[in-house]
Amino acid sequence: MTFEPKIVGILCNWCSYTGADLAGTSRIKYAPNVRVVRVMCSGRVDPTFVLKAFADGADGVLVAGCHPGDCHYIEGNYKTIRRIALLKKMLADYGIEPQRFRLEWVSAGEGDRWAQVVNSITEDVRKLGPAKIREFSASTLRAAGARSHKTA
Amino acid sequence: MAKLKLASYWAAACGGCDVAILDVHEKILDIAAAADIVFWPIATDFKYSDVEAMPDADIDVTLFHGAIRNSENEHLARLLRAKSKILVAFGSCAHIGGIPGLANLFSREDILKRVYLETPSTVNPEKITPDPRTAVPEGEITIPVFHDAVRPLNQVVEVDYYVPGCPPTPAQIWNVVQAIVSGQLPEKGSVVGASEKTQCDECTRKKQEKKISGFKRIATVQPDPDTCFLEQGFLCMGPVTRGGCDTRCQLSGVGCRGCYGPPPGVLDQGAKALSAITSVIESKEEADVQRIVDQIPDVLRSFNRFAIPASLITRKVL
Ligand code: SF4
Ligand code: SF4
Ligand code: FES
Repeated sequence: MTFEPKIVGILCNWCSYTGADLAGTSRIKYAPNVRVVRVMCSGRVDPTFVLKAFADGADGVLVAGCHPGDCHYIEGNYKTIRRIALLKKMLADYGIEPQRFRLEWVSAGEGDRWAQVVNSITEDVRKLGPAKIREFSASTLRAAGARSHKTA
Repeated sequence: MAKLKLASYWAAACGGCDVAILDVHEKILDIAAAADIVFWPIATDFKYSDVEAMPDADIDVTLFHGAIRNSENEHLARLLRAKSKILVAFGSCAHIGGIPGLANLFSREDILKRVYLETPSTVNPEKITPDPRTAVPEGEITIPVFHDAVRPLNQVVEVDYYVPGCPPTPAQIWNVVQAIVSGQLPEKGSVVGASEKTQCDECTRKKQEKKISGFKRIATVQPDPDTCFLEQGFLCMGPVTRGGCDTRCQLSGVGCRGCYGPPPGVLDQGAKALSAITSVIESKEEADVQRIVDQIPDVLRSFNRFAIPASLITRKVL
């Protein structure tokens, strides 16, 4: 069976969600792999959402908001910039490849850009294969030590 | 009233929790007056076989400290669960994984290799590593099996109460003992011996709305003794850590490391810490933000030092 990446997209209502909508109404063809969750502002994206998506089996996560300076709530996406910078480091510490997680700015008029972003992260994640994060977490929960061990 | 039967056990633990129990000082005599200690490996000479011989639910309360790292830990968790009316996950390791939980960032093979073959203090020319079964002339000897990952107690057996802390403070231990003796424990599954609020709520350091343009490390800069650590640019997990320890770290001059675990309603202490810590950063420029966050070494271990096995993602993906 070929691997189809499951990607969770968390989009701000005012720019990126509208941009994604425009991609749809403009009948742009693009990868169907991103499941979209709408939030009012990218500043609402708690890092917990991203970890939860991965823990529940997402192969990739995409956060999208208004371009810096354009946030409907003025400061929201500056908060996003700060959080995401640290979150990326935490994901790396967890051994999650950087290509699996992206922050992108997509305005309400950038339907074509939305389609490009989705195609691009989908391809990146496809190359990496399934994330296996859920499986790893679950293996902690199981009685993990049954097999005998040997080291080099 | 019949005397309570009390047990205390250490699984993957440092022994600090047992020391903390002894740190109630002369009150230990009050505990001895109210309770018979039926099993306490660090202080008494009862054997596992003594516990195995007990009827089920014979022990009133077991304080179980330490995480579940190997098959012996797991066996004792199951045994003590069966033999105890009330099983308490005592201390950070049993509660949320604790410091042993940091081992979930490595594979079992890497840990064994490092410990038995690579550390500078190791002399092991025959490259002997622990093997759960070894044939000897007299037959076979076995040692516990080292598990793939570290788990908090409630991922192995049902837990009745949680006492957080690395270690729990003696004052809180005493509160918990009194609650047990007087039969005034809250609803099962509760965290006891701690508060429902965060460290910041109890912290006496001065808080303003200060924004920082960089992080500092306690090893290289002397912090102001009265001002909030975060507002000075030192990491402090106070905003995402349950209160109840009387802010003992902040009072001794270092930021909270998070040992009391997440406050109620927080699913992932590390993820919440990201939000809290970044909220004090001043900058809006991506490059500048990067410069600032790069000053924090080891983000995951600094932000989720005690709770990785109890978090959304319980271990490194290897
Ligand atoms: S962040 Fe730390 S130092 Fe500041 S108020 Fe909270 S607990 Fe106190
Ligand atoms: S201040 Fe934080 S790290 Fe220190 S004992 Fe209290 S909860 Fe634990
Ligand atoms: S509303 Fe779009 S990022 Fe804030």
